[in-house]
Amino acid sequence: MELAHLKGLTGAEFTFEVEKRHIRQFAEAIGDPNPLYVDEAYATTTIYGGIIAPLTFPIAIGQDSGENLDLGLDHKRMLHGEQEFIYHRPIRPGDKLHCQMKVSDVYERQGKKGPMEFLVLDTEIKDPSGELVVISRTNIIYRPLAGVAANN
Amino acid sequence: MVSYVDLHEGQQLESLTKPAVTKVQLVKYAGASGDFNPLHTDDAFAQKVGMPGVIAHGMLVMGFLSEYVMKLAGTTAVPTNFKMRFGAITVPGDQITCKALVNRMYVEDGKQFVVLDLTAEKEASHVVGSGQVVLKF
Repeated sequence: MELAHLKGLTGAEFTFEVEKRHIRQFAEAIGDPNPLYVDEAYATTTIYGGIIAPLTFPIAIGQDSGENLDLGLDHKRMLHGEQEFIYHRPIRPGDKLHCQMKVSDVYERQGKKGPMEFLVLDTEIKDPSGELVVISRTNIIYRPLAGVAANN
Repeated sequence: MVSYVDLHEGQQLESLTKPAVTKVQLVKYAGASGDFNPLHTDDAFAQKVGMPGVIAHGMLVMGFLSEYVMKLAGTTAVPTNFKMRFGAITVPGDQITCKALVNRMYVEDGKQFVVLDLTAEKEASHVVGSGQVVLKF
């Protein structure tokens, strides 16, 4: 397996500060009119007790990590196959999140055109006291070299 | 907004149809998410890699499902797990409809949970992605 050596690889911890404006822009881009993301007066009256970020917002945190975790892989062969979020509490404006990326699994499955390799990349997102906020789990399909060449 | 007592396993919930995806929306989503892969914003680049033109971020479609999920959950249920598998591509002009089916209802540690199976479809029931969310009531 080409990716086997990557299992357990961990990036350096980085900090992500959550801004109210970023939450608003993220919701606007989706076209999500839910007032929970923008209206403090409304959000305060709900079970959330204040503004929260949309469910897929943690994806913006992973993008902010830069080349924090260098996998040394060919980006042209990488396909985002699945995405999962495991929530412990909502993300809120003003949060200072401590984040770390890790290759939690690599595995192989038999595909139509031969074996396909998969890479599971977790971003663990915690508060400053170390309590988990959310885990963002990205499943990447690493396509065989032959398949990529045929496409190009 | 749904409530636990009104749901039953196998129930299809009211769907949500989003306005057609636009190129401007893809630029906005690139900015908001930080995903600046030119595949989503640059037609010439997208054509060079074999696409008809720019394609939507898979995460934008998951964002549509998140809007739908939070509309269903309202302020009575809280999502604890949300996942999606990406299938067919979405391009500008596509109109995505989000659908949910009650897969399972259960009680754990005195809390009520509902598992919804989710799909994002283009016109003519063409599924572009499927997923699942767990709601805690």
